[in-house]
Amino acid sequence: MDILIDYWPLFRDGFLTTIELFLLAGVASLVFGVILAMLRVSPVPVFRATGTLYVTVVRNTPLTLVFLFFVFAYPYLEILELSFFTAAVVALTVYTSAFICEVVRSGINTVPLGQAEAARALGLTFGQSLSQIILPQAMRSVVPPLVSTLIALLKNTTIAAGFSVSEAGRIRSVLSDDGENQLVGLAWVALGFIVIVMILTLVQRTLEKRWSVAR
Amino acid sequence: MRVRSLAIGLLVGGLALTACGKEGTPAGDSGVGEGPSTTAEVATDVKIEGSPTFDRMTQNDKVVIGVKEDQPGLGYKDPTTGEYSGFDIEIAKLIAAKLGFEESKIEFKTVQSAGREAAITNGDVDYYVGTYTINDKRKAQISFAGPYFVAGQDLLVRKDDTSITGKDTLKGKKVCSVTGSTPIQKVRDEALTEPENIVEFQGYSQCVDKLLTKEVDAVTTDDAILKGYAAQDPDALKVIGKPFSEEPYGVGLAHDDKALRDAINDILEKAKDDGTWQDLYDSTLGKSGSKSEAPDVDRY
Repeated sequence: MDILIDYWPLFRDGFLTTIELFLLAGVASLVFGVILAMLRVSPVPVFRATGTLYVTVVRNTPLTLVFLFFVFAYPYLEILELSFFTAAVVALTVYTSAFICEVVRSGINTVPLGQAEAARALGLTFGQSLSQIILPQAMRSVVPPLVSTLIALLKNTTIAAGFSVSEAGRIRSVLSDDGENQLVGLAWVALGFIVIVMILTLVQRTLEKRWSVAR
Repeated sequence: MRVRSLAIGLLVGGLALTACGKEGTPAGDSGVGEGPSTTAEVATDVKIEGSPTFDRMTQNDKVVIGVKEDQPGLGYKDPTTGEYSGFDIEIAKLIAAKLGFEESKIEFKTVQSAGREAAITNGDVDYYVGTYTINDKRKAQISFAGPYFVAGQDLLVRKDDTSITGKDTLKGKKVCSVTGSTPIQKVRDEALTEPENIVEFQGYSQCVDKLLTKEVDAVTTDDAILKGYAAQDPDALKVIGKPFSEEPYGVGLAHDDKALRDAINDILEKAKDDGTWQDLYDSTLGKSGSKSEAPDVDRY
């Protein structure tokens, strides 16, 4: 308990940054992931190939490497200067969206083909049928794996501590340098994560209930 | 058939990759810490009563020493040969020799700052020599012999940068150090620069990399570490040379091993008196041009 009180600003700021990182990267990767999933089921071969290539490359790359790229290699390209925080959001988004894409795509595959055919028969374009007919039905069936992916994202944010983002993963380094008991400190960090994950689980349950349908 | 060609492909690819890893010359030979090590005479029949660590060392017939591997001049592991060099390493070797262990019986183990207390308390290392600042909170978990060196927090900047002359000129400059380390905490607590200008990485080399690409303006930590980096790239980097803290380096030992602590203190004291310390310093850190003296051992 002492550690938590003595180092309260450290814990508070750390977790606030973690949550900020999580929310930004979460929203961005949801958007980007859905776009990727749309690419992967589109009728245009080039789009499909792009989506598949992206997922294959990014999903097989360790997150640390993605971070290394955006923090140490990317600046040499001199395209657009990213702050370390933005770089972390970008790296997390790039990584997580590949997983979101696959989750959403599996949801799309659960929607019976008849739905798409009926939409087309009504004269809806591909984009319309996807956004109005297929995706709404797809999303409700993938809430549990989607939340799992987001929980993984939340925990992955701790990697950013090694790349100059002072979030919850950094707490241990400070404690260790001050000679505090790291195990106790880490237990508090773990508890913090459990609380946030519990909130996410609650969100999942609410969404599942609201979107449940009698089949 | 397909499986086999895939397996062969992977194997060849893997081999190619490992080969890549071993190539690549170490960037910019340091020139620091490469001199012939001043090997001390190996003592024989050393006995230390009541030291569990020493008993373990004699039982295993080897000594495991925790060190750093990324600090040129102090504790540095050559990526090509795997050899350790530097002042900390020499001190570690000297202690081992005086405890009766020749060089072939030394096993160096790289332990990063964050894992030091755990490595010592778990018995993963017998003692630790690696820019380990003596302070009271650490003394609660482990114990220190020494100090064997006194460093101070300083700044490493680009050679052509004249805007930074000391710790009070850091405002508005990006300052980098290792995540959560004491020097960067000091910068934060004393508001030497704005919080958004504080940059933290896992290692100093990453900070130095960013310093060279001008993404940060200064790297801060103990001057001994910074001098090593400046010596590696003297055309591009310089150390300000106005230390603003005092960091006595000690040898990290298990908390209750007073017998071994006294023995190591004796060794360090003797090295100071007979000039061995100076020889070791001159052949490693001293090559950067700065002078230093052995501090008095602080027995507690």
